Amino acid sequence: MIKNISNLGDTAVYCDFGSEVNEIINSNVINYFDHLSKLVKEKKTQGITNLTPSYNKLIVSFDLNFTNYKETKRLIENLIIQKNVKKNSKKIEIPICCEKEYGLDFERLNSKLNISEKEILKVFLSKEYFCYMTGFIAGMPFLGDISEKIRCDRLETPRVKVPKGSVGITEQFANIYSFESPGGWNIIGNTPQKIFDNKNLDEPSLIKPGNNIIFYQISREEYLNWNE
Amino acid sequence: MSNTYFEILRPGINTTTQDSGRNHMYNQGIAVSGVIDQRNFKLANKLVDNHFDEAVIEFAYQGPLLKLKNNKINFSITGDVIFKIIRNNSKVEDGTCYKNYILEEDDQLDIISTKNTAYGYLSVNGGFQLEMFWGSYSINTKANIGPNDGKKFSSEDKIFIKDSKLKNIKKMELNYTELSDNIIRVIKGTNFNYFSSEAQNSFFNEEFIVTKLADRMGVRLSGHNLENIVNTNIKSEGLVRGTIQVPADGNPIIMLSDHGTIGGYPKIGVIISADLDRVGQLTPGSIINFKEVSLEEAQNIFKAYTDETNRYLNECN
Repeated sequence: MIKNISNLGDTAVYCDFGSEVNEIINSNVINYFDHLSKLVKEKKTQGITNLTPSYNKLIVSFDLNFTNYKETKRLIENLIIQKNVKKNSKKIEIPICCEKEYGLDFERLNSKLNISEKEILKVFLSKEYFCYMTGFIAGMPFLGDISEKIRCDRLETPRVKVPKGSVGITEQFANIYSFESPGGWNIIGNTPQKIFDNKNLDEPSLIKPGNNIIFYQISREEYLNWNE
Repeated sequence: MSNTYFEILRPGINTTTQDSGRNHMYNQGIAVSGVIDQRNFKLANKLVDNHFDEAVIEFAYQGPLLKLKNNKINFSITGDVIFKIIRNNSKVEDGTCYKNYILEEDDQLDIISTKNTAYGYLSVNGGFQLEMFWGSYSINTKANIGPNDGKKFSSEDKIFIKDSKLKNIKKMELNYTELSDNIIRVIKGTNFNYFSSEAQNSFFNEEFIVTKLADRMGVRLSGHNLENIVNTNIKSEGLVRGTIQVPADGNPIIMLSDHGTIGGYPKIGVIISADLDRVGQLTPGSIINFKEVSLEEAQNIFKAYTDETNRYLNECN
């Protein structure tokens, strides 16, 4: 299932699962990630310091004081991964408020896509999304795939500050800015839901790779009175 | 709980607690963080007789002015740092790095600035009293993770110090000078072939300048524009410390301890582990050259780097 294994510098193994982005390839990545995570937790590996799954890659970082590329690569190659493990993927509902002060880029999307704000939202809210990966900033989920009708490139000039909680779309993906951050995605709304909780030491990230997400619209009043 | 603490009279530019870093959190978007300069961190701990992985205070450029309350301690500063000790009787002593000192109650420690490097380290015997987050005392100010609510220290904050018995502390000193070398060794990245042959040549043969955009997240360089002939974006994927990404503008960016965990720019190279301390210490305006090495060479150089670190650790006495 891994197409190619190479080294990323002297402290990481770079596992390439294929050039495309789709749920099948990503499920393979997550399968390997889950399997390796379990081995790490059970202390059956030596020197592995991080596992970073993404759309179609898995990066396995290690401490050069305890192991090296050759040994870690061999460990990965010798893994026996069961295909088609049926998993009950967790479903998470996320509230989103799309009033003007939160949906910052509707004007841009209107002119680029030639469809109304109402139609964009209808299309966006009608689908369940798959979480491909979490990262860039703490807890940020990369979700997909959004309908072809509402796909649009990144902003020509990224924002220096995207407000915390913003929901953005670009190409076939959607994300949620778990912290205020620079960013170039088209912002269509904001969620009052805490996406990353740095006080929750067991499960700080609400959304994990493999989860399914559905957005539902809330009013300005509901947003402002949101209480977790 | 200990009642010994540093009162912060001046916080400095970016003063945080750091240790060797936070592992197994990349998959949730949390960087490793940890000290920028691993060797100076280990030496700082050794000089006050701590375990090598005890948390220290890392400061950048201008350091903090600290007043010790309620007890005496033993401390050391490593790096290329100018500092003074202002005794409680107003006497001022010039400080020397790589040496341990006793600080008495109400003495002040004025860490004025680093000289030719960016970061310095302050260790105290017994360590600081801190809350651990996901296995580490490192503060990540971008995600507000770690002690002090994940924020850098500000005026009037208190930094508590664990109780320790100073009886067995011996005077320690190390004769150590940082080698200044502008050659940074690199293993080719996974997207090296995205760049034109001219860009590949320039990368390993021309000089690059460290710009002002340099912090714990990363260092932006400027120099010969590196032309991408395939695609200026890749599908976002994981990064590691030392990765050199090249965005569409053709200027390389080096990832450091607090880097974003994934990125979508092509990777032209990755800096070898043995050279990460030196890269992190570069100040704006520094000129560097990249040199290609193989994976096997990198591993050998790391072994030599580790042996050298251990030799210095053994020389502390």
